[in-house]
Amino acid sequence: MSAAIQVAHLAKRFDGVTAVDDVSFDVAQGELLGLLGPNGAGKTTTLNLLTGLARPDSGSIRIEAHDCTRRPRAAQHLVGIVPDESNLYEELSGFDNLCFCAALYGMRKRERRERATELLQAFGLTDAAHRKFETYSKGMKRKLTLAAGIVHRPPILFLDEPTTGIDVAAARGIRQLVAELHRGGTTILLTTHYIEEAERLCERIVFLVRGRVVRIDTVHNLLLPERGRQVLIVSLADSAAPWCAQLAAAFPGLKVEAAADAELRLESAAPIRVGPLVRFLEERGAEVLEARRAHPSLEDVFVRITGVEAGEMRKERERAAAGA
Amino acid sequence: MRHWIAFWSIVLKDMRTYYLKPPNVSWGLIFPLAWTGMFFVRSGAGVEAVLPLLPGLVAVSILFGTTSMLAVTVTFERRMRSFERLLLAPIPLELLMLAKTGGAILFGIANALVPIALGAFLADLSGVAWSTVLPAVGLIAVASTFLGLFVAVSVSEVFEAQTFSNFLRFPMIFLCGLFIPIEALPAALQPLSYALPLTYGVDILHGAMHGAHALPLGLDFAALGAFCAVLFLASVRNIHKRWIS
Repeated sequence: MSAAIQVAHLAKRFDGVTAVDDVSFDVAQGELLGLLGPNGAGKTTTLNLLTGLARPDSGSIRIEAHDCTRRPRAAQHLVGIVPDESNLYEELSGFDNLCFCAALYGMRKRERRERATELLQAFGLTDAAHRKFETYSKGMKRKLTLAAGIVHRPPILFLDEPTTGIDVAAARGIRQLVAELHRGGTTILLTTHYIEEAERLCERIVFLVRGRVVRIDTVHNLLLPERGRQVLIVSLADSAAPWCAQLAAAFPGLKVEAAADAELRLESAAPIRVGPLVRFLEERGAEVLEARRAHPSLEDVFVRITGVEAGEMRKERERAAAGA
Repeated sequence: MRHWIAFWSIVLKDMRTYYLKPPNVSWGLIFPLAWTGMFFVRSGAGVEAVLPLLPGLVAVSILFGTTSMLAVTVTFERRMRSFERLLLAPIPLELLMLAKTGGAILFGIANALVPIALGAFLADLSGVAWSTVLPAVGLIAVASTFLGLFVAVSVSEVFEAQTFSNFLRFPMIFLCGLFIPIEALPAALQPLSYALPLTYGVDILHGAMHGAHALPLGLDFAALGAFCAVLFLASVRNIHKRWIS
């Protein structure tokens, strides 16, 4: 399959800080590729370079047949962009915002009115069509921003953190819409720091850490080495941290870590026997509330490959949720 | 054709959203009227003083009408990131900036017509060379708008835009021959007057309305045109340098 987007050796520095460092990847026609990394990994800068909002210090960008390194605005008619923050006009209604965005792409009045009506219906915003954008909830704003990004039916869509800062139900709705667009053949490049979101939506994932590509692969291939691993999560009544060293010493072959304040995460290449573990803990005064098996996830793969702690990503997620 | 659809949509959206709002009308009209009224009362003259004051009133109306909103709205849209949406649209940056300033230019021209209409009630305007006044009004509106644009793309915050534009506008009122003739200014300040675009616009209006102009009309128009070109190109260059770096 031919590449819709080709990025080679892209680099960008701001005031002596390297934001993007030798980044290369391709996105095939109709593919949904995820850029996954913590805040500050260079995801948004990479998107800004691709959309022409920033100029690379070196490297090349090709979108369809256009050399966007030489002519950064050459492919703008082919691309839809949904930024990480809703950037529509607060004082315009949802309908007027969509009509205005359609006009920016040269759509005629009748065509843009029909398209705006169609999108408002598809995104469940018909009832709010003539309300000012400033009165929308965060989830509605994200939906309308996504609608504005596809108003001109772009074959390529850039989505920057599409579900950050919105509630769970709204995020689910956005993910469904993204999946539908993907099924419809749109090439999508999505940035996210939500590992589950990348796992659920993307065909291939680029792990980006401190501006560098650490790994690119399909979700299936990334998870393959984890298939044989056994993971057990043990919930305690009190702090889990003091038990890590004792368990590791008593059960060689087990990798033990405190996954949360009162939660132990035990990992092994061989099956883990729950009984001896629970007995060991309880004989030493620990109160075990629950022990459950878990399937290795993309989060485990991400932590193993990038060295970025899952907790760091989780904190970002909690901060984003608190802002919602 | 597709570019022009985008162009007119931006102009109309800005007109609707910004320029036809009451606060802007107050800046563009009430302030110049009050300013001129002050000079009129202080001069102690009668209705015969209306014609010599009219060029100043027209010029200040255009200057404040165009710059007060544009400098703030572009900076505000940039802060709110809605300006990014325009930068991502598939239209040339120069055309985009012309569209973004189009509403302000039209509003500036409309602002100029109000004092002219008022002047027509109070004074005899039959001797006014309208074929010179109308292009001059248009060119002053373009130059003032591009000055506002230059301010907007040179700062990051809304309050900086307000401060910077006042820093340019208020000295300009005194230095460009609006109410005080340039030759009556201290010698050290006179070169500064000729470095201001409004000086040339006001000179054209004085000449066209009551025959008292200091420079040849051709030179006035050429200088005003040159200011328009320089301010616009400097603004586009600033956008490339500061916003798409």
